[in-house]
Amino acid sequence: MHNLTIKQMNEKLHSGEITSVQLTQHYLDRISQYDGDLNAFVTVTPELAISMAEAADQKIAAGDAELLTGIPIAHKDIFCTDGVKTSCGSKMLDNFIAPYDAHVVTLLNKIGMPILGKTNMDEFAMGSSSESSYYGPTKNPWDHKAVPGGSSGGSAAVIAAGLAPLATGTDTGGSVRQPASFCGITGIKPTYGAVSRFGIIAYASSFDQAGPLTRSAEDSAWMLNAMAGFDERDSTSLEREKTDYTAELGQSLKGLRIGVPAEYFGEGLDPEVEAAIRTAITEVGNLGGEVVEVHLPNKDLAVPAYYVLAPAEASANLSRYDGVRFGYRCDQPQDLEDLYKRSRSEGFGEEVKRRIMVGAYALSAGYYDAYYVKAQQLRRMVRDDFTKAFESCDVIMGPVAPTSAFNIGEKSDDQVSMYLNDLYTIPVNLAGLPALSVPAGFANNRPVGLHIVGPYFSEAKLLNIGHQFQQITDWHKQMPAQYQ
Amino acid sequence: MSWEVVIGLEIHTQLTTKSKIFSGASTAYGAAPNSQACAIDAGMPGMLPVLNHAVLGKSIMLGLALDAELGMRSVFDRKNYFYPDSPKGYQTTQMDFPIVGQGQLEIELEDGSKKVIGVTRAHLEEDAGKSVHGIVPGQTGIDLNRSGTPLLEIVSDPDMSSAKEAVAYAKKMHELVQYLGICDGNMQEGSFRVDSNVSVRRPGEPLGTRAELKNINSFKFIEKAIEIEIERQIELIESGGKVVQETRLYDSEKDVTRSMRTKEEANDYRYFPCPDLLPVIITEADVEAVRVVMPELPDAKRARFVSEFNLSDYDAAVLTGSRAMAEFFETVVALTDAKDPKLCANWATSGFSAALNRDGLSIENAPVSAEMLAGMISRLIDNSISGKIAKQVFDAMWQGEGSADEIIESKGLKQITDTGAIEALVDDVLANNPNQVEAYKGGQEKMMGYFVGQIMKASGGQANPGQVNKLLMAKLKA
Amino acid sequence: MSLGKTEVEYISRLAQIEVREEEVDGVAAKLSNILDLFTQMEAADTRGVEPMSHPLDAVQRFRADVVTEVDQHEKLQAIAPSVTQAHYLVPQVIE
Repeated sequence: MHNLTIKQMNEKLHSGEITSVQLTQHYLDRISQYDGDLNAFVTVTPELAISMAEAADQKIAAGDAELLTGIPIAHKDIFCTDGVKTSCGSKMLDNFIAPYDAHVVTLLNKIGMPILGKTNMDEFAMGSSSESSYYGPTKNPWDHKAVPGGSSGGSAAVIAAGLAPLATGTDTGGSVRQPASFCGITGIKPTYGAVSRFGIIAYASSFDQAGPLTRSAEDSAWMLNAMAGFDERDSTSLEREKTDYTAELGQSLKGLRIGVPAEYFGEGLDPEVEAAIRTAITEVGNLGGEVVEVHLPNKDLAVPAYYVLAPAEASANLSRYDGVRFGYRCDQPQDLEDLYKRSRSEGFGEEVKRRIMVGAYALSAGYYDAYYVKAQQLRRMVRDDFTKAFESCDVIMGPVAPTSAFNIGEKSDDQVSMYLNDLYTIPVNLAGLPALSVPAGFANNRPVGLHIVGPYFSEAKLLNIGHQFQQITDWHKQMPAQYQ
Repeated sequence: MSWEVVIGLEIHTQLTTKSKIFSGASTAYGAAPNSQACAIDAGMPGMLPVLNHAVLGKSIMLGLALDAELGMRSVFDRKNYFYPDSPKGYQTTQMDFPIVGQGQLEIELEDGSKKVIGVTRAHLEEDAGKSVHGIVPGQTGIDLNRSGTPLLEIVSDPDMSSAKEAVAYAKKMHELVQYLGICDGNMQEGSFRVDSNVSVRRPGEPLGTRAELKNINSFKFIEKAIEIEIERQIELIESGGKVVQETRLYDSEKDVTRSMRTKEEANDYRYFPCPDLLPVIITEADVEAVRVVMPELPDAKRARFVSEFNLSDYDAAVLTGSRAMAEFFETVVALTDAKDPKLCANWATSGFSAALNRDGLSIENAPVSAEMLAGMISRLIDNSISGKIAKQVFDAMWQGEGSADEIIESKGLKQITDTGAIEALVDDVLANNPNQVEAYKGGQEKMMGYFVGQIMKASGGQANPGQVNKLLMAKLKA
Repeated sequence: MSLGKTEVEYISRLAQIEVREEEVDGVAAKLSNILDLFTQMEAADTRGVEPMSHPLDAVQRFRADVVTEVDQHEKLQAIAPSVTQAHYLVPQVIE
């Protein structure tokens, strides 16, 4: 059952060939079988999943169902789920039972998607490997010595290993696309503001966007339809006419101008990754498009700018974790300062503490102009690079990451080296543009993802390009042998 | 050795909205602890702010009343600091781009002179929760009901040079915000909070270090606190010491200011634009929409009462003490066709106000409405009742016995104005009291009072006193 | 950019995160590493460039001034570490 596409699952559910309860139980069984080793889940919710599946079956029987009704889902543990532990991968929230649902969760619950559980992640979404989780690293299903990527590593692993057909993630500097790339699956970060952030535990507010992790571009399109849309409870949620992200699926790519930045293929890019990506670009080009060279001259400034801005926003967003109203509180606080300092030092992991401190420093008197304001200026310059590039191309393609998945433990001591891995994904978050990652081959026996970036609101086009690519390749159909 | 005093005031006004500035929780005062602190107000994970539209109109209105520049594009910033009554660990406020810019307010001092005090800016921000002591020994209780209540912080230029000027400014602002209906001015409940920044310097020298006086909730104590603080600073400097920049509280029992026991130096608030909120744009149309509903301001109203109704400055000042009283008065005048505004003023400021005070009522819930009072005053104006009877009628109305006309009718209080009837009464009394008439004719003019008394008694108090006097005089002289 | 003990103590206070004596050097080194990344920004010519806070040029939306929330203190406080008489408790704050 885990090899079916979403469309096929939908057909079988509606024909009565399978029930949602059966489908859900199938995945719960696989989770029991494989997750002890993989560690992709923080919390598995079997009773909830089955009861939601039963309700979904009723909806289907009553003819009241949508495409995704009855199809189970795993949520990154950053989405608040009412009555269910929501840890954000942190000891700080190890005891946090959310008293409300995130907007995305409300939407998917309404459709009737049984929740299998909450997936592992880098603590507070700060990381590119899922190693900083309080609950230990998740393994890459393709190679258990490797990281699955981060911060949505749990969700990506779950899809790659067939432990759920669909999963949610969030992407602040690449955290949906990079794990998708490392795990050989599909993921998309939509235009900033397309999906509501209400109820998603905030890391960096002007960067965070939720997106689907799936087995195919088509599945992602269906998921994005369900997830996206205006939410009046989020001031940064865009008020636009509802978009059908599947509307361009099947359209010809004739005339597509594919921009390839000269700056992308330089030092630091693994030759096997480069080879896979160049091949993939050529294959897309063969579908009717032409490759055009473009320039993103400020590309190298994106990473430093991001590591000023995201930690700065995070330093304020994480001030609410103080041991007073929820979450971890230190033992026997002596006075107020002791309560704050010990609760936060004991509750947060090292990387989170580092980023909070860097962020606070970048905002502090004397450094605000040199760091924060400067980074905001660079942000505009990076965005303007894309705007200019899109004058001569329709989409920009390249690698998602300079390498395939590295080993667990390999980079944990060298933060800056880990940060530099995000050089392709980060500029997209600075600009707020949509971007897709689809599997495009292997490097060193570990998956490689093709990055497709488009202008604001071009998700449907991106998804179609991914979909067309997936008609002529079968990377996305592959699964590690042990999980088949 | 002369000293110059420099005072600036920061006034936090709670805006009269029903819901919070960034959430849909209620702002009503006095609710059970934490019953009006929703997840957004409590700074729970994943919660986001959305701006309450009503704060815009109120801010614009203040800006117009202060003749101020308006911040057509204003931005919310985060002010970062840790304190238990601030659940997010930052306060959302406006730093560089406030909604109201430079304006001014003219104050009147005791000697009648006027001074213009500059207002640097007014900006929107969210209020914090409250700390409560004594629930559990050694612990402080936090009630977040107040967290998220909209505040408009009004910052003055450091233009005041004495405690009296500062209080005059504070009182004027207090009157203004209530007149505009943007703040209820309740200092006891914390709706209107005045922080005073006080420093001293020798003439010609740069500004001295200032101390901030907080948590004083009456004008009387604000004045005393500022005065005592000025003395303290002067004494300190004259004896070789230095003023420390700090927050001080006022101890009204000992009449001293005390330093607040905060451990650290000046906070580095690390202001930056709040990424959960977007720039706030107000348009000319928005401003016009407020302009057309601007109420008449107190100074203009006072001037008009003097010129239009021929009232004294004093009466005008009393009647404009609150917008409610001013509107009450004008309604009564209008309903009596402005035939005797002075009479309306007298009734409003004495009889009506006295009854309100006695029973602890406000104009809104007074048993006598403007319509009812106007009804009674009309009967005074048309001589149906005398002033003395009117007091009776008023008391009866206050007790809920009906309208003036209904009471006059049912109690038979209509004044006797018929000349013939009064003449008959006068003749009667004079005929029945020959000795007193003798006495009067013999020079005892005090007998007038006796005769009037008898006539009024005979008429059950209903004879028109003026006519009684006139006819009595005529008969006695005859 | 190299951070010393004073800076680390200052940051620790701003962020309310404890850094113990024996940890200071290690933390200073790691933070300095990250701050070195920022030096790359210095050379960039940003004259005349408007800082960008939000990716899109959107402006703030409003909500109507209506009370929509009900009393949920029981639900919200069920997960609180220390509550008495509906008040959140912290070690005494002296003013």
